Order: sequence, then C-alpha cells, then structure tokens
Amino acid sequence: MATRRVPLVLLACGSFNPITNQHMRLFELARDHMNGTGQYQVVGGIVSPVSDSYGKQGLVLAKHRIAMAKLALQSSSWITVDEWESQQPDWTETVVTLRHYYGRILKEHERSTGMHNNSSGRAALLASPSPQLKLLCGADFLSTFKVPDLWRDDHVEELVRRFGLVCISRGRLQPEQAVHESDTLSHHRHNIFLVREWVRNEISATEVRRALRRGLSVKYLIPDSVIEYIHQHNLYTEDSERRNEGNVLRPLTKQAQEPV
Amino acid sequence: MEGQSRTKVVLLACGSFNPVTNMHLRMFELARDHLEDTGQYRVVKGIISPVGDGYKKKGLIEACHRLEMARLATENSDWIIVDSWESLQPEWVETNKVVRHHYDELAAEQNDDDVDTVKYSKKRRINKQVYCFEGSSHQKRRGCPQLMLLCGADVLESFGQPNLWKQEDINEIVSFYGLVCVTRSGSDPHKFIQQSDTLWKYRRNIHIVHEWVTNEISATHVRRALRRSQSVRYLLPDTVVHHQAEEVMGWGCELKTNQTHFKN
Repeated sequence: MATRRVPLVLLACGSFNPITNQHMRLFELARDHMNGTGQYQVVGGIVSPVSDSYGKQGLVLAKHRIAMAKLALQSSSWITVDEWESQQPDWTETVVTLRHYYGRILKEHERSTGMHNNSSGRAALLASPSPQLKLLCGADFLSTFKVPDLWRDDHVEELVRRFGLVCISRGRLQPEQAVHESDTLSHHRHNIFLVREWVRNEISATEVRRALRRGLSVKYLIPDSVIEYIHQHNLYTEDSERRNEGNVLRPLTKQAQEPV
Repeated sequence: MEGQSRTKVVLLACGSFNPVTNMHLRMFELARDHLEDTGQYRVVKGIISPVGDGYKKKGLIEACHRLEMARLATENSDWIIVDSWESLQPEWVETNKVVRHHYDELAAEQNDDDVDTVKYSKKRRINKQVYCFEGSSHQKRRGCPQLMLLCGADVLESFGQPNLWKQEDINEIVSFYGLVCVTRSGSDPHKFIQQSDTLWKYRRNIHIVHEWVTNEISATHVRRALRRSQSVRYLLPDTVVHHQAEEVMGWGCELKTNQTHFKN
C-alpha cells in the first residue's frame, strides 16, 4: 500500500510584537523537518497574532502587528498572516484557535477533494489523507504548561493528542526535559516533534524593541519593510513598552470562567 | 580635543564571505552603532572585501560568486559596499596589505576633494599634535576618514596563534589604523587584550562591541544546510537566497560528487 504524505499546516500563535526573522525561521526549520520525516507534506503556514486583550506589557495594537507580519511575509510562498484571532472580542485560548483553523482546513480539503471525487466520502479519504494542523512553537513554550492557571489540563491534552506540536529548540533550553517531566506530554510524545536549531539565533522581539527604543539598528534582524513601517508609525517607544504595565495577563483571569 | 567634530570612520571587513550572511551584515550595523555612540566618530562607509581564491580554503567557492552574493546582500544598504580588489589579486594578500590598499584609496579620494591644499597643509603642520589620539600615532590628513578593520573576536584571538601573523603587521593594524571587534559568544576579548603587551598598549584603538543578540549564523552552517537542501531563508538576505545561494553553493561545495540541483 502506497503511503501518501499527510498534508500538514503549521500554526504559530504569539504576540509577534514585532515579527522577526527568527519567527520566520521557525517555519522554515519546521517545514524542512516535517517534510524530512517522509510522513508529511507541509502545505501551509499560518501566523496568528494574539489579540490586544491578551494584555501583555508592551503589546502594540493588533492592526500594526498584523500589518508588519504581512509586510514581512509578502514574499513568502507558503506562510500567511491571519487576523481571525486578533479580531475576537476577547483573548482566545490556543486550543480554540487551533479548532477554528482546523475547521477551515478541513472544509477546504473537503471542497477540493469533493471536486475530484464523485464517490462517497470514504473513497475521498482513501485517495487523499486528511490534512493535519500542528502548533508551531519555540521550546520555551513547552515550559509554559507548568505555569499555574495558565493552561487548562483538558486543553493541554487536546493540544497534544488531537493536534500536535512542532517545537524548535532555542538556545540552551532542553525541550526533551519538559516533555519528560509532564505525564500528558510524555504520553503523546509521538505527536510532539522536537526540531533542533543548530544555528543559535536568539533574535527575540524583546531585544528588537529594546534596540528600537535606544535608536539602535535592527537591520537584518527584521525585514526592511517592517523597519520602515515601525519608523513611519513611531511604534516601540518607552511609552509603548509601558502599555499594560501592572496588568494581569488575560489568560490567567479568563481560565477561572466558563469552560470552552 | 574638546569641540573637535567627530572623526569620520570607514569600516573594512575582510573574510571569506562564503557566503555572506545576515551575521556579517549585523556586524557592520553593530559596529556603527557602537562607534557613533561614543560621540567621537561618524561612520561614513562600510567595505566588504571578500578574500581571493588564492586563499585556498576548503569549500571556498569562486570569488565572482561570493562578490555577486555580497553585492546582492548590500543592495538595500545605503552605506555598505563590496570591493573586489582583494579578490582580483592572483595570490592571497595579507590583511594589513588590504588595509593599506584601502587606506591609500581613501587618501587619494580625499586628495581629489581637497581644494585649498596650501592653506590647510600649513595648518596641518602647526596642528599636527591635535590629530594624534592618545596612545595612537595615527596620522591623518585633514578630513581623511580613519580606516578601521572590522572583525569578529576570533580574528583578534588569531593574533595569538604562532606564525599566523607577523608582529609588525599586528602593530600596524592596532597602532596606525584601528580595530573594531564584534564579540561572538564564548570569547573574552578584553582578557585577550590584557594578555598581550602590544594590544594593551593600543587598547584605545581597539573597540570591542558586544553583540546583544547571540547570532551565530555561520557561513559553514549555511553551506551545510544548502548541501542538505535545507532552508536558509531568513539567515541571508532574500536577494541572496533567491538568486544565488542555492545554485552556486550547491555546485561548488566541499563534496565534489555528482549532485543534482538543490531544491529549496
């Protein structure tokens, strides 16, 4: 039986405050790795900037973060920016975002296979494997599971069981350790893909913002088009960094409320 | 020296640039920020000088390609240029000769610009002392920019390797020109300077720039990724990735086997 590759879409959630070359590298590294397993064919990448209600310190308006991400990814043939999450009235749990995009991907897949197949759904399934959506993240993301009240247990379970993670190691962090230390993660380790980044490239958005505040160059760390945008709109000043100062991150207050 | 306007500086980086990466380009940006931050300097130009094929380093692809990639990479820079002189020389050229060549070029350019040479040369004789920096015997023609060698900490540390550099060449570089050294993680250039009497003597002419973003995009890694058909996007400027790197690096790399065209 010929095994056909599973079409795979990678979703990256985050502040993208601003988007950097490092963010975009994550996609490239993940695509190479997943294609390299022989089981997957990466067909798309989605950058999903978090909504303003996330409440993180220094977060500039979503419209700017979206615009910058679009500029940065203009020339990418497979990665797009999606505004859905940023347009939601409240901060959206990662799993909810995943469910939304997965729903879209499935519909799209059904539509395109429906075009080629007059027979039943079962035949269509055999002809073309169902696409998957996995969350793309850095290794530091794994350790957030340990932060009290930040994640719901059932969400972590759904994240790794139903979707899966592609996790790029950064600096000295050991993602294997985080997987090992969690029963849930460990149980679904076959669905957690750890990608080793051999080039230590620690372009953090925090550092980029710091440099911008101090009038230092960030050229070659973020695309030129994004630098231009930042200067045009005078983003990332001392004032912008103080935004949300003292606020509690929205996820920490929301989790106490209604189940999703 | 108070009230003196800023000294104009030109930064010169020698190296394989095999290929040029974002890290190389970052080095220039970091160096410029650092020097200008001291209030003493104004960086007016950056020069990338790829080494000639005579260097014969393993995996070194032809200079014409390395030059072209560097040019593409600096297309969108308003102050960094690529110079082919070194790469066109038939034999490998010692670094200080390259520096000397560029210094002579800058001085010649300056001569063309000088209008009132008589008046100013007189003033120069009287005020010669004013142009000397502490600890440095840098001789400067009026208005001629100071040429500094831009490098990573590994180059600074290579001064200590036996038989690699001539002592008088090291002296010339640190006393007459100047060194701007961008640290990569894992090295301690201050300690190295401390341990060398020559470097210590001219420490004020050696500018150590700390890289606040650990950025170890080595060209070796880039070549390896290309050999393995892995993505190098966002490690090099897009212009280089799209036009050159895949085709060029794929053919001319370390393993001279029959390789198919690399798809990225």
